[in-house]
Formats: sequence, structure tokens, C-alpha cells
Amino acid sequence: MLLFLKILKVGVVTEPLAAGEPDVIEVAREVETKARRLLGRAVAIREVDAGSCNGCEIEITGLTGPVYDSERFGIHFVASPRHADLLLVTGPVTRNMEIPLRKTYEATPDPKVVVAVGDCARTCGVFRGSYAIVGSVDAVIPVDVFVSGCPPEPADILRGILTALDRLPTRTGRRDDP
Amino acid sequence: MTVDVMMAAAQGLLALALAPAVVGLVRWLKARLQNRRGAPPWQPYRELRKLFQKEVVVSRHASWLFHLAPFVVFASTLAVAVIVPVLAVPLLVDRIGDLLVVVYLLLLGTFFLALAGLDPGSAFGGMGASRGVTVAALAEPTLAVAIFALARSAGSTNLGEIAARTIADPLSAVSPGHLLAFAALFIVMLAETGRLPIDNPATHLELTMIHEAMVLEYSGRYLALIEWAAALKLLVFFALLGNLFVPWGLARAFTLEAVMTAAGVFAVKVGVLAVAVAVLETRVAKLRLFRVPELLTASFVLALLAVTSSFLLR
Amino acid sequence: MTPELLLLAVSVAGYTGGALAALAFRGVAARALVAAGALGGSLATLALGAWCLATGTTLAFAAPWLPLTGLALRADGLSAFFLTVVGLAAAAASIYGFGYSAHHDGRDSLRLLGAMFNVLLLSLTVQVLADNALTFLVTWEVMSLSAYFLVLVEHDQPGTVRAANWYLAVSHAGFAALIAAFLVLAAGDMTGSFAAMRSVGLTPGTRDLVFLLALVGFGTKAGVIPLHVWLPMAHPVAPSHVSAVLSGVVIKMGVYGLMRVALDLLGGGPAWWGGIVLGLGAVSALLGVLYALMEHDLKRLLAYHSVENMGIILLGVGAGLMFQSYGLPALATLGFVAGLYHTLNHACFKGLLFLGAGSVLYATRTRNMEDLGGLITRMPRTAVCFLVGAAAISALPPLNGFASEWLVFQTLMGGALVPRPEVAIGMPIAVAMLALTSGLAVACFVKAFGITFLALPRSTEAARAREVPASMQVGMLVLVGMCVALGLTPFLVVPVLSRALTGLGRLPMTPIGFSLHLPLSVAGVTGEMSPLLLAVGVALLGVLTAIVLRLLADRRLRVGDTWGCGRIGQTPRMEYTATAFAEPLRRVFAELYRPTEDLSIDFHPKSKYFVRTIAYRSEVQPWFERLLYTPFLSALRGAAAGVRQVQAGSLHLYLAYMTITLLALLVVARWSR
Repeated sequence: MLLFLKILKVGVVTEPLAAGEPDVIEVAREVETKARRLLGRAVAIREVDAGSCNGCEIEITGLTGPVYDSERFGIHFVASPRHADLLLVTGPVTRNMEIPLRKTYEATPDPKVVVAVGDCARTCGVFRGSYAIVGSVDAVIPVDVFVSGCPPEPADILRGILTALDRLPTRTGRRDDP
Repeated sequence: MTVDVMMAAAQGLLALALAPAVVGLVRWLKARLQNRRGAPPWQPYRELRKLFQKEVVVSRHASWLFHLAPFVVFASTLAVAVIVPVLAVPLLVDRIGDLLVVVYLLLLGTFFLALAGLDPGSAFGGMGASRGVTVAALAEPTLAVAIFALARSAGSTNLGEIAARTIADPLSAVSPGHLLAFAALFIVMLAETGRLPIDNPATHLELTMIHEAMVLEYSGRYLALIEWAAALKLLVFFALLGNLFVPWGLARAFTLEAVMTAAGVFAVKVGVLAVAVAVLETRVAKLRLFRVPELLTASFVLALLAVTSSFLLR
Repeated sequence: MTPELLLLAVSVAGYTGGALAALAFRGVAARALVAAGALGGSLATLALGAWCLATGTTLAFAAPWLPLTGLALRADGLSAFFLTVVGLAAAAASIYGFGYSAHHDGRDSLRLLGAMFNVLLLSLTVQVLADNALTFLVTWEVMSLSAYFLVLVEHDQPGTVRAANWYLAVSHAGFAALIAAFLVLAAGDMTGSFAAMRSVGLTPGTRDLVFLLALVGFGTKAGVIPLHVWLPMAHPVAPSHVSAVLSGVVIKMGVYGLMRVALDLLGGGPAWWGGIVLGLGAVSALLGVLYALMEHDLKRLLAYHSVENMGIILLGVGAGLMFQSYGLPALATLGFVAGLYHTLNHACFKGLLFLGAGSVLYATRTRNMEDLGGLITRMPRTAVCFLVGAAAISALPPLNGFASEWLVFQTLMGGALVPRPEVAIGMPIAVAMLALTSGLAVACFVKAFGITFLALPRSTEAARAREVPASMQVGMLVLVGMCVALGLTPFLVVPVLSRALTGLGRLPMTPIGFSLHLPLSVAGVTGEMSPLLLAVGVALLGVLTAIVLRLLADRRLRVGDTWGCGRIGQTPRMEYTATAFAEPLRRVFAELYRPTEDLSIDFHPKSKYFVRTIAYRSEVQPWFERLLYTPFLSALRGAAAGVRQVQAGSLHLYLAYMTITLLALLVVARWSR
């Protein structure tokens, strides 16, 4: 009972998505209009840790919490890439994760979108030049959007996902969930 | 007869149309109880529409059974939705299947889904299949005894008869037998539809999955069929709980206003049950897999008490 | 000569011809003639049974071929029904046997197999027609002995001889009980026919005694718990078409005998008769399926399921006996109809499953599920047949297992009409046990079919499997057709069965109506269902969905790897095993199984983190052997050892015995003068 009283007292704490800095998000390739329209309202995300330090993962877990609430945009996380539309990849791709990352990409049905999160995913970050790294995510699978940051804020990650789907509220001006 | 067939078809279509909304409603309520906005209750429709347009990726080790299973699961669950009293009672379709047929048709779906989990040769699928059939098997006695309790007072396992008998004798709805049977069936509903505390429908950890693990290999339109069938199953159980135990509102005559009232009352009942499930899922944590038999045994005891009390309090 | 006698004569001629052909010919010719003889005989049997059921004629035949009482045969409704069961299962098994027994070519075992198969079928046919005690007992013994020899056919395999010995011993223990039962029933006059036995007046105590003796005797044949231990030993080691007949027909003779004695000759009895049968049925059903779950030998699993299904049949029969004693004849008829319907269905789907298992054995040379897999692509038709059998035995609509289980459920629910507390408590528990049994059967057959046929082959034998010869496929397909037909048409079967039962045990003529649209209405219990319309409905919905999907949804399909978290490659060792599949249930029912686990891990000598092999072995406690049979056998051995002291082998001792006896007799004779 106390639990429900507390829930009622606290109320909904979700913050509206702010505009944010534009150069944090880089669009590497435009997602097809058909795919954008299909996935625009309901997108399933499979997160792949291709060797990251888990800093980005912690930010990503914040996405499903009450403050950032990615679910209001129709985003939900799934366990199997067969169920997924969007791959959220973090980390510089290590040697051991190169094949699994490729296999995850192949296991995902079309149409699919890839968003690479973090500086490591884009430029290998602090791990650049290491013997254990194959290269940035772009070297292994085609990436649509990069989100920079070490680690990027959850709001930026969310904006990156929405940009890939062309559903960013300010850009399209659609009367969307805020 | 044609009116009957039309009513049955209408029931089926209504169930088909309403099922994703029920799942969406439960999810939305849970989101609000987690202090966040959540997706609107009609989100599952968007997801289904998206899934139907996606490509299907199939394992090279899968056989024809993998392709057949989603259709069997969907068709059998939809057939159950047509038989279960949703809008009107009695219908001719009541005579094609009674409560036992409903239980075994659902078991048919579970059988094929479990086989489809084993087909691609993945360990997750095997695990899901193993756990899925274990939970289904252990829920059977409770279902059967609850049916016994209901059939006993109505003198028949026919769904229409059971609903009609309760309408004719309103006091029986609050008899201990009915209440206990309701509680037992509620727990079985949670088990069969994969809700907390038996199975978390939103989990990503394969080792905690029961139903999800069986469908990890499915994608595209096959996955859409299976998700829709799962939503239908939830709706079917809501219909059984609502319309067998609290049957007022069901149309007895096939006039337009009776049917509209019935649809409205049904939506209300489903809404109430959805709130109950959402609140329960927020309150409890998932049980360890090997604690689930204890919960199902408790529901069996409740069902047995239901029958005994209905005998003693004749 | 009436048509019935003609059919009987053809049947006998067929079997005899087949048996003689087995002895006279060799190789393919022998197999073909054996199969032809058996098939001809069984088709005639089937025709005879169907004819008698359809027209309601009773066959009567008597001949002085047996000493003392002569051979007397009579076919009433019950016999006719069992004739159809015999004929159906035997026909399918005969066709199958032609291809299956090919690996016996050139060996003596082929003669034994062919001859004894036909002798078994002959004895089964005559058994259900027997109309006096001696005929019954003689044919019973011939049936048991021919089954024993059939179990022994593959005696070079380990465990066969032991299994056959157990079978023989338990069979004869039951036979002794049967002889006693008939002796008491006939009030000492063994020359009496069944007609005489029906009219003899016995005290209630004597009737109880006869019933109990008959229950023990027929229970050993039926494989009722706790008299079942021979079943999972004997049925797996016999050749597969023989296993099909053993499980499909021979154990049903226990049901036939029980109904003949308890219902017909004794005319029903007090409620506790039905109660005991019901209780034994419920326990057999549940324990049978629980032990089946833990089996990985495909045929042993099926044998335990036979125990389970015999339990379900006895649930129906026991309920029938019980309701008859409470004066509810319509409900009693329903119970017996449910039991008989399940008898027929079980013969079909169990026969089908054993033939399927035999095909797997033929193609891969192993019965162990843990070595199989991937057979659905290599043996596609066998896979479909096995799937139909698995769905039928799991009581999934619209197949035949569901139709008869539905009837058993309706019978048990009719218990609500009896206002006695023990029935009010007992019936829901019986319903619960039946439901749990069928749920566990689903689990077991998902395992059996899934591990055997799906995914990747787990051994080279499985990978090299090929589809079986045409005769074996035809045998299986016949039973597939019957499973589907019997499941879709209960409205045809039920009235025939209820007509067959009229007159037995003073049951009035109450044919139960069951049709497509009309309810099954049995004086207070109503339930309705139509598997035919259901099947049509579900199929229609499925086809509609497929069409809509084809038109509206995306049609792309790509083949990829199985998702395994991106690991490199997939081997059969990554699949789920049968042991792992059954593990949750092993844990849930651990109190019953008390499994012993033996895990040995072989590490790499240099590091504990690298494992070379893991060997896991888990055994289930054989409770019945440990608590019942082993003490009994050791007591028996102890008693025998004690008696051996008397017969010590010394000639002087024997002469001393004779002298003492002679002297004692002289003294007694002198004294009593």
C-alpha cells in the first residue's frame, strides 16, 4: 500500500526532450524514407556492446527509466536481433566482437537502422591503436547515425535514435509526444 | 442460424481488434505506475503493423514446422476467442466447443510453439520450450478442477450454459465456490499468459524467459502472428474471468442495442481486469522458476476448495 | 454357413497359413507370406467385428476340440468391438512387419517371429470370442506364451532375456489368479459356460473375492500399477510391429477380461469395486506419465505411456462400474463407452507411435533420443506420422485422443450427480489427476518428437538416416488415417459403442446420442462439442490468415544462422538434450523420483579452467522394484532355500522319507480301524 501511495505522490517525472547541441549527432547516411516511415512509430532496439567500457551502457539504461522514458516514443528494447529494427552499438569493435557484431547485423531483418553510440564507436576513442581493436563500428557494419560523447548523455542518445528515424520533434515539427 | 454465425464472426473480429489494445493498456498502466509517461495504449497496433512489413529471417536448420507453427497458434487462439462468450450467449458456436475444448485448443497452441522453439536447434528455444510446457502442464489440474466447479453448478461444461446459470441465479456469483474458483483461475491466467510473477513479459535476460525464449527465432509476419496470438490469449482469459463469473451485460437477444451494450460492458470488464493485472505486476517480483510450482499448487488447492465448498453448501 | 462363421474361418485360415509359411519358407518369400497371412486374417477379423457391431448379430460356435468342456465361441457386442480393435492394429502391424523384419532375413529368428506373430493374432481373435472358462484360459495362455516368444525374438540384444523372463513370471502369476477366479465363479464346476456363470447365485463375499482375483489377474496383463514393471521391460525389446500389437491389443485384453467378468458375468457390484478400479486407473495414469517423462529410450517412453493410457481407460471403466452401483445406468454406459473408445484410440495412436519408433530404430539403429535429431528432413513421412501420433496421445483436438478424454472428463464430472462425500471429494481429484496426466503427456511428447526429429542430428547414425521402405510407411499411414477419422467422428463411434454395451451387466438399452449439432445429454450431464466443425473452423482460420498475409504483408524471407548470441558456428552439442528438457519436471517431482545424480568432470591436467569431458548420469528411483518386487523376490528365494533343505539330493534321505511315510501310514491305518 505504501508503495502505491508513494507512486501517486511522486507522479509522472518524465522530462520533455530538450533541443540539445546539434553537432553531437552526425548522420552518416540517410535512412530510406520507406524505412523511416515504417519504423517511425514503433522501433525495437537491440543493444550491442562491441567491446565498450560500459560507460555508454549505463547511459543507455537510463533511457528506459522514468526521467528519459524512451518508451513514449514507441521505442522498446528487445533481446533477440530477429525482433529488432535498430541496432544500438557501443564500444570500439574488439577482435573478439567483430564476428558477433556482423552476425547480429545479419540476424536482424530488413529494414534496419544502425546507431553507433559514443566516441569509441566513431573513432575508437581512447583505445585507438590498441592491438585488440579492429576499428570503428563503421568498419564492420554500415552505420546510419553517430552519437558522440564519452559517454553521451541519455538525451543525446535518444535524440540520435530519433534523428535516424527522422522523428526528432524540433526537426519535423510533428505534434509528437514531447 | 445466419445471425448466429454473424455473431460468432463479430465476436472473433472484436476480440482480434481489441486484443492488442488490452496488452497496450496493461503496459501503459504499468508505465504510469512507474512514474513515467509510457507509450500510448494503442502502441501494440503500431508494432504489429510494423512487423507485418518486415522481412522474415529463418534459421537454415529450421524445418516446415517452424513455418507452420505461427499459423497453428494464431488459428487455434482465434478459434478459442470465437467460442468464448464475448458478446452474446447462447450462441450456436457454444455447441462446437465447450470449456474443455477451450483448454485443449490453447494446449494445442502451446504444443506447436514449444516444438517451434526446439526446431532451429538453439539452446534458448529448448529452454523456453522445456519451461513453457512445464508451466502449462502444472496449470492443467487447476484449470480442470475450476471447470469442474463451474460445470457442477451449471450442470454442463457448455460455456453458454454456465453464463446463463449464473445470470439466472445471481447469488451464486458470490458463493465461496465461485470466488475461490475465480481466484484459482486468475492465478492460472497469469501462468498461461506469461505475466508476473510467473514470467516477466518485458525481460531481456534469456535465462529468465519462458514464453519469450520460445519465440526468439521468429521475425516479421510470423512474430506478428505470435504476438497477436499472445494478446488474444490474454483477452480470452479476461473474457473467461469476466463473462463466466460476472456474466451480466452479455447480450441475450441479438438486437443492435443489446450487442452494443454487451461490447461496452465487455470493454469495461476487460479494463478492470487490466488494471488489476497492471497493479499486481507492479507490486510483485518475478518468482524463481522452481517456486512457480508452489504457486500453481496453491491455485490448485483453491480450486479444490471451490469444488468442496460448492458440494458442502448445496 | 453364416457370414460371421465364414469370416471367422477365413481369419483362422489366414493366421494359420501365415504361421505355416513362416516355418516353410525363407527370406523375402517368408516375410511376404507371413505378412499376407496376418493381413488377411486381421482384415477378416476386422470385418467380422464391424459386421457384428453394425448388424447386431451374435455369432455362436461350439466344437468338442478341447477336453472336458469343448471349445465354445460367442460374439456379443463387447467381443465384436474388441475384434475390431484386434483387426485394426494387427492389419497395420502386418503391413509394417513385412518391411521391418527384413534384417532378420537368413536367420532363424525370422521363423520364430513370423510363426509366433500369427499365433498371437489367432489367440487374440479367439480369446475375445471365448464363451466358457476353459476356452478363455487356454487362449489366454497361448496368447501369453506367443507374446513371450515374440519378446525373445531379438535375444541377442542385452536385457531381452531378462525382460522376457519378467514378462513370463508376472503373466503366469496373473494367470494363476485368473484360474482361481474362474474356479470360484463357476462354483467349482469348470464345465460351465459363461451363460451358466451369469446365472449362478453367489454370496456377496464370494463375488468380492472373484472380483479381486480377476482384478489382479487382468491387472497384470493390463499393466496396472503396481503390476506394471514388466511392461517397460518387455515392450521395448520386442520387434517394433510386435510392440505395437502388444501395447495396442494384448494389454487391452486385461480391460476386456475385467469388463467381461465384472460387468457381464458378475453383473456389477458394490461401489467400491468401481472405486478401486478408478483409483488404480488414476494412479497408473499419473505415475505412468511421470516415469515416461524421465525416459530417453524412445520405446521405453512409449511403454510407460501405455501404462498411463491403460490408467485412463480404467478411469472410464471404474467410473462406469461405480455409477452402475449407484443406479445411474446412463452415466455408467457413458463411462464404459469412454473407456472402450479410449481403448480403440489407444490401439491406433500407440500402434502408430511404436511403428514410428520402429522406423527410427530401423533407420538409425538406436532408440536413445540423446543420439537422434534432425530426422524431420531425413525421414519426412515418418516424422509427420509420429507427429500425428504424438498430437493424438497428447489429447489435442481434433484427433482421437481428445475425443475419448473429453468423454472420460464428462463421465467424471457426472460424479456431481452422486450425493456421497467420498465421490464428491474423489471425483475432482480424479479429474485433476487426469488433467495433470494429459498436461504432462504434452510435455513428454514435445520432448519425444522435438528431440528425436527436430534440430540437428546428434550422432552420425542420425545424420545418415534415410526414409524407411514403403510397406512400413503404409502401415503407419493406415493408423494416421484412423487417428484422424476416429477423432473427427465421435458422433458415429459413440452410438455404436453404446449399442454394443446394451444388455451387459443389466445395463438398459440407452444408446447415447452424440451428433454434430445435438448435445451429449446423459440425464443431467450435458456437454457439447463437434471436433469435425472445430477442425474445419481452425483450418479455415489458418488458411484465411495465410491468404490475408500473402496479400497484405511483406513476403520477403531470408535464410540465416540460428541466433546464438553471435557465436561462431553451431554444433549439435549446443542443442537442448532430452535430459535437460525434462529437468524442470524432474525437480518439481523430485520427491517421487528421488533422482541420484552422478557428475564427473575431467579437467585438463594443466588447468582447472579447461574441461575435457563431462559425464552426467541421473537415475530415477525404481520405487516399485525396490519396495515391492525385490523384497518379495528375496522372501521367495528365502523360502525356496528353506525348502531346498528338505530335498537335499541324498538317496538315503529320500529312502528315509519313504520309510517314515510308510510306517506313519501303517500306524494311521491300524489306528483308525
